[in-house]
Amino acid sequence: MTNIEELVKQQAEVHGTTRESLMPILQAVIRSERFLSEDAMVAIARELDISTADVFGTASFYTFMDTTPKGKNIIRVCKTITCHMKGKDAVIGALEDLLKIKLGENTSDGKFSLLQANCLGWCHKGPVMLINDEVHPEVTPESAVEVIQGYLKQK
Amino acid sequence: MENKIKKVDLIFEQVDYLEILDRSFKRTQDEIILDIIDSGLRGRGGAGFPTGLKWKFAKNEEADQKYVICNADEGEPGTFKDREILTQVPEKVLGGMALCGKSTGASRGYIYLRGEYNFLLPQLNAAIDKFHEDLKNMNFDFTIEIKSGSGAYVCGEETALMESMEGKRGEPRNKPPFPTTSGYLGKPTSVNNVETLVFALMIAKEGPTKFKEMGTFDSRGSKVFSVSGDTPKAGIYELELGMSLEDFVNEFGDGDTKAVQIGGASGFCVARKHFKETVIGFEGIPTGGSMMLFNSTRSMYNILNDYLEFFEEESCGQCTPCRVGCQQLLKGIEAVKKGNRPPSYLDELQKLSETMKIASKCGLGQSAPNPFNSIINNFREEIIY
Amino acid sequence: MSKYKVNLKINNLNVSVDEGTTILEAARQLNFKIPTLCHHDDLCVAGNCRVCVVEQVGNRLLPAACATPVSEGMEVLTNSMKVRQARKNIIELLLSEHNADCTKCFKSGYCELQEVANEYRTGDHVYLDVKNLNPIDISSPSIEKDDSKCIRCQRCVRTCTELQAVSALAVTHKGKDMKISTFLDKPMNDVVCTNCGQCINRCPTASLVERNYIDQVFDAIYDPKKFVVVQTAPATRVAISEEFGMGPNRSTGKMVAALRRLGFDKVLDTDFTADLTIMEEGTELLTRLKEALVDGKDVALPMMTSCSPGWIKFQEHIFPDMLDNLSTCKSPQQMFGPLAKTYYAEKINKNPADMVVVSIMPCTAKKYEADRPEMRGSGYKDVDFVLTTRELGRMIHQAGIDFEKLDDEKYDSILGQSTGAAVIFGNTGGVMEAALRTAYEIVTGREVPFANLNIKPVRGMEGIKEAAVKIKDVKPEWSFLEGVELKVAIAHGLSNAKELMNRIKDGSANYHFIEVMGCPGGCIGGGGQPIPTNMEIRKKRAAAIYDEDEKMVIRKSHQNPEVEEIYKSYLHKPLGHRSHDLLHTHYTPRKRY
Repeated sequence: MTNIEELVKQQAEVHGTTRESLMPILQAVIRSERFLSEDAMVAIARELDISTADVFGTASFYTFMDTTPKGKNIIRVCKTITCHMKGKDAVIGALEDLLKIKLGENTSDGKFSLLQANCLGWCHKGPVMLINDEVHPEVTPESAVEVIQGYLKQK
Repeated sequence: MENKIKKVDLIFEQVDYLEILDRSFKRTQDEIILDIIDSGLRGRGGAGFPTGLKWKFAKNEEADQKYVICNADEGEPGTFKDREILTQVPEKVLGGMALCGKSTGASRGYIYLRGEYNFLLPQLNAAIDKFHEDLKNMNFDFTIEIKSGSGAYVCGEETALMESMEGKRGEPRNKPPFPTTSGYLGKPTSVNNVETLVFALMIAKEGPTKFKEMGTFDSRGSKVFSVSGDTPKAGIYELELGMSLEDFVNEFGDGDTKAVQIGGASGFCVARKHFKETVIGFEGIPTGGSMMLFNSTRSMYNILNDYLEFFEEESCGQCTPCRVGCQQLLKGIEAVKKGNRPPSYLDELQKLSETMKIASKCGLGQSAPNPFNSIINNFREEIIY
Repeated sequence: MSKYKVNLKINNLNVSVDEGTTILEAARQLNFKIPTLCHHDDLCVAGNCRVCVVEQVGNRLLPAACATPVSEGMEVLTNSMKVRQARKNIIELLLSEHNADCTKCFKSGYCELQEVANEYRTGDHVYLDVKNLNPIDISSPSIEKDDSKCIRCQRCVRTCTELQAVSALAVTHKGKDMKISTFLDKPMNDVVCTNCGQCINRCPTASLVERNYIDQVFDAIYDPKKFVVVQTAPATRVAISEEFGMGPNRSTGKMVAALRRLGFDKVLDTDFTADLTIMEEGTELLTRLKEALVDGKDVALPMMTSCSPGWIKFQEHIFPDMLDNLSTCKSPQQMFGPLAKTYYAEKINKNPADMVVVSIMPCTAKKYEADRPEMRGSGYKDVDFVLTTRELGRMIHQAGIDFEKLDDEKYDSILGQSTGAAVIFGNTGGVMEAALRTAYEIVTGREVPFANLNIKPVRGMEGIKEAAVKIKDVKPEWSFLEGVELKVAIAHGLSNAKELMNRIKDGSANYHFIEVMGCPGGCIGGGGQPIPTNMEIRKKRAAAIYDEDEKMVIRKSHQNPEVEEIYKSYLHKPLGHRSHDLLHTHYTPRKRY
């Protein structure tokens, strides 16, 4: 069994193999792999005995369930209205310069993906960014860069 | 000058929720529900359905299993109060769910938490574990589990939320049947907003009178507001309902407020000239709590553009008016701005938005044209030129 | 359960209907037609196109008539100003994302979007163009998928899931990007698609159509070097009339006449090889039973029919561990091909290299089947082109032939004679009935014990049918079957097939012989049959098939003189050496996920 098959099997043991368990299993794979590979979706389809198209159709509905490879850390900058008003574009610009990638891309070392997201629920403290599940409200271009540099040092 | 903004402290007040539950569990289902009905509490997510009635419908259904769902898929741009409630008083939310479970005859509860709030999971799960212990001591059979979302605004719509919980695409269902008849896994289900559940618990604590005496005839009680945009006081405030927008702007504005978007991206934009006569509440402009202030430096075109882009992406895509309508509204204002369509094309789009409002399958499509209409009506020249 | 009556008013007329009836159905009872696109009688309610919105007095919103049950005292207006405005807007929205290249579109004249747009006289590009002109997916030899024509009604997805239990198609993405797609947007030929074409039958536009080979067939016909023969499947002869507005009708003779006028050199009949299939498959069944009951061998039972290529590919994907249960017989189409290019070519003294074999099929999976590498028993591609009933209709229209006025003509000989047993192959249960008529008689020397040879228990539209035939007083050489109760089952539509397979796998059901047809109703409901389809239409086609059977002189496959002749002079015996080379095949396990 490949690692991903083992992960899926183990998650199916935790969550069960009925259709309701699809979301938590997809989420667990995302947590571990950051995206859903073809192999992962096939393994999930097999475990739940549903079609692969169904797995893909469901996953592709949800913004946080990427089906193309993503970096180890996913940066999501909120783009909705107040964060826009409070300068998310400058934050994204600073991160693009730091990471030498454009919005939507992954760094070549596979450490980061830079994405935008719809409203993250911090409108009073915009701009806000999520790194994986961690929130960073009220970021400036400078503080955003510092946060990412912190991640760079960690690993 | 008298301050017409009345701050209230029901939601975030620390209470002995176990004592409230203990007292409530000794009452009959009908007694609890009657108090909720009597209080006039309406859903705090935005749609405003009378909470007591919803519980009564669920209670009256015969079923081997019923469910309570706490809708914590707070995705409406400009709204962030549920996150704060879940952070500060999670046990009151759980208490509200148990109260709803008792009233409707449900032994299982779920919190559908948006994926953007995953960082809340450790503390919420800890609160749930403690809660289960407490309930066990009280001999009350009710368990709560968290189901996570993964980034889909439309899952805040209750039937889409249940589809998502069932492991499917979050596409709203046809109604009827309503969730209280056939909800999660086809069982009677009452879906309540986070804030609504806390108010229900507080009404059980205080009785209906205190709540009923606040607010107006249509909008009883208080409400937690999420204030953002061009304001020196961005944040969360529990205020008595029924104030005018003018009062609100006097309190929260930066002195240069040109418009307020009430109710988030799916709400209405009110221009300065209408502040005075606009009541914030179900008789005026209802809101799930989102109040976004814009000052005169803001381009209403950009704001509308942002809202429409949001809907174009967040529509589930299944029904025609919403899927294609949202794209047409967005592309339409771009075309008018660029001069590729005459200004009169906006009138054509307003007819379209009427169709979206009445013919879309769910609340998302029905409300997506609200910012379009209200901004075109108030700031037409900013869209054209 | 409960049959409470609900009283309501539609367009100010009173109507009383059963509780649970939708507004759409109630309006039909009053003869008001409400336009629909996502609704289909064969499928569950969707309520997503919104074309069927109506006004309900007192309701601010316009409910979808297809998805809203009636309630007591309801007042509905199906054509109010509000409704007309909304409906027009919705049609215009659909047109703004639709590639309306109507004059060159295969579905023009049959397109449901075109029909409602015509009714409402819309189409002057009120809204901005938001269509996506992605390349058309022509990877599959059976099905073309053109997303630029798609209106996201999801009928295809519901068909693939509910009727066929395949789910090769799914709704993917959301918002403006929402579309109908496959796993990871792979080409149709690379996914778990059975090519059944049921999605095509229900697609309201030309987003899903068959791969169309009309021009190639005309090219062959007009090529003087080519000798072009055509074979026609049983189910085509009761449905081709629908392409000419004549409803489901027996029109074998007219179809033969039309094919001759189109210029085919010989007009032959797949029914001939259907009879041959019965000889081969019947013998195979009796052989397997003997091996199991007498020799104690571990043979795969129940034996399962192999005429339906959609079913075959389904089994290869979904139950690859049960491929040994499938009969090794090729389908009648693929028995015809190699015989045409060997036996028949010799008889008429033609070089098989110069022959073109065309089939007219109620099926899209047959196109894929003809392309399979195994299907070259003659040394050539056995069947060169497969056309659907719809494509034949189109050819007849193009050639300006007035189908309705044609006089009946007869098939050419040889490879043109058939029996009533062959024509019922077109219906669910038909292969089973034909097999029983022959096998019972071979074993006992007597006709099957059913009045007028009509084996009623295997007929009808029930999803899974079961029957048992007690075998008594057998001929001496079949003594091992004395007293055996032959148990059979029949499934049609792949979700029924899946259910039946699961019952067999878990041991809850036991049979000797199983007939499966991939499409609802069998071939008469095939993916290549005229559009629209629904239960009423399928029942009419099925009745026409049984009618055709009853009117045949010979109604048992083993009595077909041409079949007797081919065994005498060429094949020698069923399951013989030549049969093995030309008429039998093997199967390939494929991935389920």
